[in-house]
Parts: sequence; C-alpha cells; structure tokens
Amino acid sequence: MNWSSWSEFFAMGGHALYVWGSYGVTFLFMAVEVLLLRRRRREVMRRVRRLARMQREINE
Amino acid sequence: MWVALRWVVRRDLMLALRGRGEVLTNLMFFIIVVSLFPLGVGPERETLTEIASGVVWVAALLSSMLALGRLFSSDYEDGSLEQFMLAAHPLPVLVLGKILAHWLVSGLPLVLMAPVLGLQLGLGGEALWVLITSLLLGTPVLSLLGAVGAGLTLGLRGGGVLLALLVLPLYIPVLVFGAGAVEAVRSGLEASAHLSLLGAFLVGSSLLAPWAASAALRISLD
Amino acid sequence: MRVFTKEFWFQFASPKTFYPFAGRLIPWFAGAALLLTVVGLYLGFFVAPVDYQQGNSYRIMFIHVPAAWMSMFIYVVMCVYAALGLVLNTRLSDMMAAALAPTGAMFTFLALWTGALWGRPTWGTYWVWDARLTSELILLFLYLGYMALRAAIDDPRRASRASGLLALVGVVNVPIIYFSVQWWNTLHQGASVSLTSAPTMAMTMFTAMLVMTFAFWAYAIAVALYRVRLIILERERHARWVVELAEQER
Repeated sequence: MNWSSWSEFFAMGGHALYVWGSYGVTFLFMAVEVLLLRRRRREVMRRVRRLARMQREINE
Repeated sequence: MWVALRWVVRRDLMLALRGRGEVLTNLMFFIIVVSLFPLGVGPERETLTEIASGVVWVAALLSSMLALGRLFSSDYEDGSLEQFMLAAHPLPVLVLGKILAHWLVSGLPLVLMAPVLGLQLGLGGEALWVLITSLLLGTPVLSLLGAVGAGLTLGLRGGGVLLALLVLPLYIPVLVFGAGAVEAVRSGLEASAHLSLLGAFLVGSSLLAPWAASAALRISLD
Repeated sequence: MRVFTKEFWFQFASPKTFYPFAGRLIPWFAGAALLLTVVGLYLGFFVAPVDYQQGNSYRIMFIHVPAAWMSMFIYVVMCVYAALGLVLNTRLSDMMAAALAPTGAMFTFLALWTGALWGRPTWGTYWVWDARLTSELILLFLYLGYMALRAAIDDPRRASRASGLLALVGVVNVPIIYFSVQWWNTLHQGASVSLTSAPTMAMTMFTAMLVMTFAFWAYAIAVALYRVRLIILERERHARWVVELAEQER
C-alpha cells in the first residue's frame, strides 16, 4: 500500500496542487462535456417538436 | 495552357496596378510591424540581431496572410470567378495564375524590402543574402497555401479572422526553415539544407495547392 | 454471408439506421469507460509505487499520456472520416468527423494542461518550448480551425465539403509540421528538456497508463456517438422518424 492515511493520500507528497489540479480539471471537463451534450439533446428535441407543431398548424 | 496562365497573370497585375494603394498598404504594414519590435524589446543591438530573422519572417507571414483576403474576393463579387469555372481552361491553371500575380504584388515587394529591414535590425553580409533567398523561396509557398484557405473562407462572415486561424498553423514549416536558414548562417553553419527544404516546399505546394484551391473554390461557389 | 455484401455495410451509412444502432452502443462504451477509469485510477494511485525521482507528481502521467495519445489518434480518425465523406459523399462519415472534433480538441487541451502541471514540479517550469509540447499546441490550433470553419458555414453541404477538404490539407501538412518542429527543436537545443528520465518504467505504471488510455478511448467513442446522434437529429429534423421520436420522448 502506498499511503498510510487519507491525509497523506490527499497531500500527494507535497504535489497535491499539481496532481489534483490535473485530475480535477480532466474529469471536470469530461463531466461538463457530457452535461452539455445532454442539454443540447433536450434543446434539439424541443426544436423538432416545435417545428412539427408549426407544420401541423400550417396544414390545418 | 501557358497562354491562359499568362493571360490571368497579366489581367490580375493590371487590376492590381490600377488600385496601387493596396500594394503599398501591404508593404507599409510589413515595415511597421518590423519597426515595432525595437520599440517593444529595446534598442540593444545584440538582442535585435538575435531576433531579426524571426521578426522579419513573422512580419512577412502576417502581411502575406492579410493580403490573402483580396486574392479571390473581387473576382467573387463581380462574378468573374464563375466565368473562370466555365472557361475552357482547367481551373487549377487559372488559379495558379492568380496566385502568381498575387505573389508578384504582395510577396515580391516584401522580399525587396527585407534587406533594408534586416540592416535596421543589425543583420549583415551573408545572413542578409540568406534572408532574401529564404524569403524568395518561402513567400510564394505562403501565397500558395493561403490560396486554399482563401478559397474555403470565400464569402463567409468573419472570413478574415477565420482565414488566419486556418492558414497560420500551415505556415509553421515555412517559418521554421525560413528563419532557421538565417539563424544557421549566423551561428556559422550552412544554410543550404534549410534552403533546399524551402525549395522542396515550393515545388510541392505549387503542384498541390492550385488543385486544392480550385476544389475549395468549387465547394464555396457551389 | 450477408456480412460480406456491400448493402450490409452501406445500411449503416444511412443516418436513420445508424441512429438506433449508435444508441445501443453508447451504454456499453460509457460503462466500459467508467469501469476502466475506476480500475486505472486504482492501479495508478494505489498499486503503482512512488517514483524515486519525481515523487508522486509522476502520477499525472496516467492521464497526461493517454490524453496526448487520444488527441493525436482522434485527429487521424477524424481526418479519415472527413476524407471518406469527401470522396464517397457519405453524409454519415462527415457527421462522425464533426462529432469527433470537439472531443479531440478537449483531449488536446487536457494534454497541454496536465503537461504544464506535470512540468512545474518536474522541470521547474509550466511550459518549455519542447518539440512535443509545441506540436500539441499546433494540433490544438488545427482542431480549432476545423471547428471554426464548420461553425462559420451555414449551408450544411458546403460546411461538410469545406471542412473535409481542410482535414485533407491538414493530413498532408501534419507530418511536415511535425518534422519541422522536430528540426526547430534540435536547432535550439538549449530549450529542450529530456522527457525520457524514466528508462525502466515499472510494469504496474505501464499497465495503469494503458488502462487509462482504453478508458479515454471508450469515453471518446461514447461521447462521439452521442454527439453524432444529435447531429443526425439536427440535420434530419424534418424527417418523419425524427419528429415521431421527439413526440414519443416527451
């Protein structure tokens, strides 16, 4: 085992800022990308429905 | 084919000479950019000589990039570009002619001006000659590569900045070997390897770029 | 065998059939990405020993190297799709290229970011003009140019063909750019820093790095498939199947 305690794990031998700065930003970016994609999907669906509704109203 | 090439070159040169202002503006830009560097980094001769080749080359890159906007735009606006596409001559030849004329108007003046600026920055002797040679070989490559970008961004909003984003990364090899040639001479080495590579770029890009630029124009005008 | 016929393969080139197919694949790749990340992080943080030279800062490698690999790999795959789209005129290839670009750009940025944070404790500086770092930076510019060109063109047909041509020009130029950066770096030896300071990487370190690479790979596939589905929906928003899908989903 590399770490004797959690605080030692978080300290990363004095390189906490660099290690957690790298990992934090990487996973933050991935999470944000997924969230943005989900939001974009909702928007696309909403737009398709609105277009379809407009089309129906024109046809009626 | 040669007739068509000559015709396009002469036509574009005539048009460019009629609007003399543009040629001079481009050259002025080049001079001003280079002159800003001593004001920015200080007048110490050693520092300036150190960065001279890079400064002149980056300034040449920027001014030839700025000139690209005019490569196809006027022909696009008055519809003669569409005439070109319907012409009996192959489009790449006509495009090559346009690029050649464009270089004569926007690239060659930079090459001729470069020794003066090089002297200002403390370059001398052989380094100056290598600077001129490298620009003579390199600036046509810039026009050729830039033509592809100019074709792709034709008629787009915000085309100028977009063109810079597309074209500048492609200019990097020319910059590296162009400025590198002068650096090599200054540090007592041979510049021939750099210059041969620039020559290879020139040959390669003059074979490929006219086709790519024609394809880009066809896409943009479709 | 049906698998060997042209029709079998071309049916996937139709956005309508590809859409549900991609939808079925996404959970698998997303799940694999999650699982591999957990395994990779465990290996990287708890199994791999401390480096005797760099201490714990070297653990950045487990995301830095995979991100850098993915950034280059995705660029190549993107260009292949773009070229296929341009040559064969298949719309789906071009959509795949468009879907890969943002993820590739993100990995490029992450490679630079983690590289800077790794460089600080290792070399004492956030940035050096090293050949690899410079190439990575140029790669980011290439991605941004591709995306900016797409975004600037409203007509989808022109956008796909123009960006396809740009990707092709990029493919021809990338080796030349890479070579010139290498040359430039050897010419200016003073600025270069030797990255190969770990001649014998422990097996566990290598395994952790490999697992993280596969995790990023699976993530990239999942996200690209998700995005290509969105692009299909946007492009085909007038098609009946898209409208029906949207109405169902309410």
